[in-house]
Amino acid sequence: MAFLNERMETLSRAELKKVQLERLQKEIKRTYDNVECFRNRMDEKGLKPEDIKSLEDLQKVPFSYKKDLRDYYPFGLFAQPLKNVLRFHASSGTTGKRIVVGYTKNDLETWAECAARMLSAIGVTDEDIIHVAYGYGLFTGGFGIHGAAEKIGAAVIPISSGNTKLQIQTMIDFGATVLCCTPSYAMHLGEEVNRMGVKDQLKLKCGVFGAEPWTESMREEIEKSLGIKAYDIYGLTEVIGPGVACECEEKAGMHIWEDHFLAEIIDPDTGEVLPEGSTGELVFTSLTKEAFPVIRYRTRDICRLEYEPCKCGRTHLRMCKPQGRSDDMLIIRGVNVFPSQIEEVLLKTSGGDLTPNYQIVVDRKNNTDTFDVNVEMSEELFADEVRSIEDIEKRITAELRSTLGIGAKVHLVNPKSIERSEGKAKRVIDKRNLH
Amino acid sequence: MITKQLSVFVENKKGRLSAILNLLAENDVDLSALSLADTTEFGVLRLIVNKPELAKKILNESGVIVKITDVLAVVLDDAPGGAAKIIDTLYKNDVSIEYMYAFDTKLTGKAIMVAKTENVKAVNDLLIQNGFEDPSAEDIFKF
Repeated sequence: MAFLNERMETLSRAELKKVQLERLQKEIKRTYDNVECFRNRMDEKGLKPEDIKSLEDLQKVPFSYKKDLRDYYPFGLFAQPLKNVLRFHASSGTTGKRIVVGYTKNDLETWAECAARMLSAIGVTDEDIIHVAYGYGLFTGGFGIHGAAEKIGAAVIPISSGNTKLQIQTMIDFGATVLCCTPSYAMHLGEEVNRMGVKDQLKLKCGVFGAEPWTESMREEIEKSLGIKAYDIYGLTEVIGPGVACECEEKAGMHIWEDHFLAEIIDPDTGEVLPEGSTGELVFTSLTKEAFPVIRYRTRDICRLEYEPCKCGRTHLRMCKPQGRSDDMLIIRGVNVFPSQIEEVLLKTSGGDLTPNYQIVVDRKNNTDTFDVNVEMSEELFADEVRSIEDIEKRITAELRSTLGIGAKVHLVNPKSIERSEGKAKRVIDKRNLH
Repeated sequence: MITKQLSVFVENKKGRLSAILNLLAENDVDLSALSLADTTEFGVLRLIVNKPELAKKILNESGVIVKITDVLAVVLDDAPGGAAKIIDTLYKNDVSIEYMYAFDTKLTGKAIMVAKTENVKAVNDLLIQNGFEDPSAEDIFKF
């Protein structure tokens, strides 16, 4: 059982809390001094950074939300001048506009350390060859794991996503020992590997999978089909990216690296902090971030925290797999999708007068998420010429792709054919059973 | 002549076409011609009927989307080259055809072609000037 940073990972709870308080006070001060939105919210409550004298005092501090990232887009929440920013990452917002975050040199170092702690915790060393099939780009997946792999001195195959046959051949040729990708893509790779009959040519021993919800039965399936141990990783672009929390070899929940991120569980309706062991919405406060600090950021993920020490020796608490969302966000092929984004696209493409009735249907076939959008035909959209209807269909499809970053299949359906309950159309049907 | 055609949106789903045609039958709407344009995702059913306004009303009431469109109806010889002659005239006069279909009539040795073009009125005049026969309503609809 290897540690990347044994002292920090095994601090006693009392010492850990001391570190947290010291860092929290500085983080709040830094954010208050440099981020107008946060300062205003604190002032409204009559709070000053000096009022945070204990970890419990954090409960008085106002929350922050995903919506803030849109309202202050692009750099309004940055706490450092762009001169000190080394990199940007972005992800989808609740509407068409995406959200952007920035990293200083230290932030990139923190991120690499957090994700690297996981690699060490699951037995990955500088002897390993890590195949990173997460997308590289503005998405945090690829670069996040990449930084962690470099941190521990492992060799990286930065293959990014797509082209399954080439992925498999590369893993064989380069002797990859660790696979990193979304769990659904791992399922797909496993299936292809067995179909091609090349499982015995693979040297894989373990895999790091995240960016979308997955179940224990998917874990079993991946472990069997690829002959590896499969581990879960959690993170949000807003907080830092993958590596906020990770499993160790015990596979008994994901350790949240509490010297960098302070976690709370709240009642999503009242905002009250819930007692230890409760299930509720996960809220994060960064403790060491410079460019993009987050204070009491509402993740909308519903989960439970485990405070008991882990058999691995780490004292940092563990979060269970998120059991759902307190908003309507969907994760499709690793991409965050909000129904409001689809509504916006339909409004735009239908001439702007009305939003056609629609329904999102998500399913999983052959280990890949299927994403269908049914749109009710209307007098306004219908035309005698097939071409003009097909144009609408194509426009919606193209616009969805550019807004969401993933492809959806658009189906024009009969008016009033989308199932309604109490007069309201059911917007989302998710058949995947991921929780 | 210029006649009214019903264009009906048909969702790509089992039984849709049957439901639409049964509705028309129950209301005594007589079909003179029918054409179904299909794509992978949906169909557009085009109909020439004796009571277009009534048909539209009935279909609308049961939630079916219908548009009434003006289209051309021209008599052509039911003989080799009959259709070619008309298309040739349109081509030489630079008229593009959006879609077309043809059907048999009571007129011996004749058929009727239905076509959608831009500015149907001008095209109709053009065809008459070029000596094509203008069908009467009786030729198109059975009364």
